[in-house]
Amino acid sequence: MKQIIIGLGSCGIASGGLKVKQTLQDLADKAGMGITVTETGCMGMCYTEPMVEIKDETGKRTIYGGVDESVAHEIFNSHVLKDIPVTSAIAIDSDGAGNEKDFLSNQVRLVMERCGNIDPESIDDALSMDAYDGLKKVLGSMSPTEVIDEILASGIKGRGGAGFPTGLKWRFAANNSDTQKYIICNADEGDPGAFMDRSILESDPHSVIEGMIIGGFAIGATKGYIYARAEYPIAIRRLKIAINAALERGFLGKNILDSGFDFELIIKEGAGAFVCGEETALIESIEGNRGMPRIRPPFPAARGLFGKPSNINNVETLANIGRIIRKGATDFAAYGTDESNGTKVFALAGKVKKGGLVEIPIGMSIREVVYDIGGGTSSGKAFKAVQMGGPSGGCIPAALIDTTIDYKPLAETGAIMGSGGMVVMDEDNCMVEIARYFLQFTQSESCGKCVFCKIGTKRMLEILERITQGQGVEGDVEKLESLSHQIKTNALCGLGQTAPNPVLTTIRYYRDEYDAHIRDKKCPAGGCKALIHFNISPEKCIGCTLCAKKCPTSAISGEVKKAHIINQDKCTKCGICRSVCKFDAVVVQ
Amino acid sequence: MCNNCAQTSQYWEQFEAIMTDFSGDRSQLIPLLQKLQDAYGYLPADIISRLSERTGIFVSQIMGVITFYSQFRLEPVGENIIRICFGTACHVIGAENIADAICRELGVALGETTEDRLFTVESVACLGCCSLAPVIMINEETHGRLTPDTAREVIREFRSREAKA
Repeated sequence: MKQIIIGLGSCGIASGGLKVKQTLQDLADKAGMGITVTETGCMGMCYTEPMVEIKDETGKRTIYGGVDESVAHEIFNSHVLKDIPVTSAIAIDSDGAGNEKDFLSNQVRLVMERCGNIDPESIDDALSMDAYDGLKKVLGSMSPTEVIDEILASGIKGRGGAGFPTGLKWRFAANNSDTQKYIICNADEGDPGAFMDRSILESDPHSVIEGMIIGGFAIGATKGYIYARAEYPIAIRRLKIAINAALERGFLGKNILDSGFDFELIIKEGAGAFVCGEETALIESIEGNRGMPRIRPPFPAARGLFGKPSNINNVETLANIGRIIRKGATDFAAYGTDESNGTKVFALAGKVKKGGLVEIPIGMSIREVVYDIGGGTSSGKAFKAVQMGGPSGGCIPAALIDTTIDYKPLAETGAIMGSGGMVVMDEDNCMVEIARYFLQFTQSESCGKCVFCKIGTKRMLEILERITQGQGVEGDVEKLESLSHQIKTNALCGLGQTAPNPVLTTIRYYRDEYDAHIRDKKCPAGGCKALIHFNISPEKCIGCTLCAKKCPTSAISGEVKKAHIINQDKCTKCGICRSVCKFDAVVVQ
Repeated sequence: MCNNCAQTSQYWEQFEAIMTDFSGDRSQLIPLLQKLQDAYGYLPADIISRLSERTGIFVSQIMGVITFYSQFRLEPVGENIIRICFGTACHVIGAENIADAICRELGVALGETTEDRLFTVESVACLGCCSLAPVIMINEETHGRLTPDTAREVIREFRSREAKA
């Protein structure tokens, strides 16, 4: 009998996936033919959620995109009951055909191989796709040293952003002879604009759990912590379900798979502090304290959680481990570049047509991701920049769009690989305003422990606010640069050391925009509200009244079929009139 | 202390029920505060002093932790919490216009609670639904791809659902 599977990651649910599931469940119950309705996680095609998969008797899979209740009826009546697929709504099928095939055909799914293909709340589904096979191999035939050697040979680097070789990190922790050690999963995905870890945890929690158990075995830790953001309730719920299932099946707990190895896993929910993504701050937070970073050394591998040697890895890094062991280091090393092996997951968002989760072999160019996978800008306007690495990263301009996505080439642009946030911007985005946005974020998240970060970022923010309000003065850019260099070299932790990056990269590539704000008191992109005003061109306006209807402050007046006028005293410069006008009559000055 | 004596026994029973999890380990402070906030909606002063007595952690230290993390609240909030995402993707697509529309609809500023105590409107750094930007969350329910108009509709629909319930 046919199976109906609904994608219910956060994006699927937010797009109305639960309603679609209910509709299909009702139809299936009514038909009474033993048609099953189940759920899966995220396929990464967030832009075309909700998604519904029909698996037929032969095992052929057809995945529909953009399914609302009426499309759901159509799919059920036609495809499920009569075997006639609804071609217009097919995103992709198991033969590789469909309207959205380009999005997936340019990707390589290693970490995400199970995402969207299993029910994340069913351990049997995960097992049917080789979950815990890596763990079985480790406990059945490998020593901790052999595990570390295999991870080292794979060449995998930490996917949290810094890119430190995972095998080396494990070796440091393993070499410590202390009897109590900890392995910690950093799932405090705080970068605004990033959601790779959330999707992995929601769609395939077992991959992370397996990675942690293997890591624990390798370094000699019997206890692990997953520090997860409280903002991710679905991820936390599915992790708890997965941990309980793993305990029941004997993958966790005492004497795992009769090997004599014990491993306990605990979830700690974060409480909303970005700095807790920094490893020593994260440790402080697990211990119940304010999440303020510690001075290093000692590094966590020597003295970490509760004063014991600790090893901290990112979600995506750990999700890679089971597969590396199962398939072997050489298989993993076959993907990527000479310098960096494997794949990297990116969260493609912002002004891009097809936003979602994208897994690519390291070494692809930014152009391939933005255009071949993402389909270009959503507005149809010129691509201006891509922001990578969130508040620690930078803006890469259109001129450098052919930059290779790898740790070193990205660092040369002033940005970083980062944890995977990739936010596309078009010509309407003001780069000075973007710099101000990130500085405001890091400044409010600065923990206040070290002076350079606490006060330095505050002074930088004040200057940027001044510039975006048209009160910048000559020398402001130089002052920003000087403060940036001082903060980068002197701040205590990664948050402060990287906080100036968004400012430095925008100065480097968009100095003319800074100068226009400071000297001419103008915002060329039209993004700084204090420096612009909206007007309606009497020549272009046909008096359709749409803008007047949509204006939230009723600032627009005019008679039908006559040119309208904006009352500047009431106007809040939200730009809604400009976006709704079909005649390009609203102009920014 | 709690002025409403009629509520006192239930008020403290809730506290005791949560404290049964406490084993004397300081690292339990944050989970305890999370559970207490879940139960009371915020962290009342008398609860904090009782927590200090029971755990042996100074009030000043507890306050240090509470004020460090954005999740904790020292003031009561509305029945429903609307979180408006100001992540990078939402920011570049126009989170500010969404916030403006919602605040106007409810007649409050960001961070405030409506007079009928039905809603508190908060800003949040990132909800991690960036491909659906701009995004808001009402309690644990996420709404994406909003425009100022649809954001208002979502609030109105939620309100009428609440009124029926």
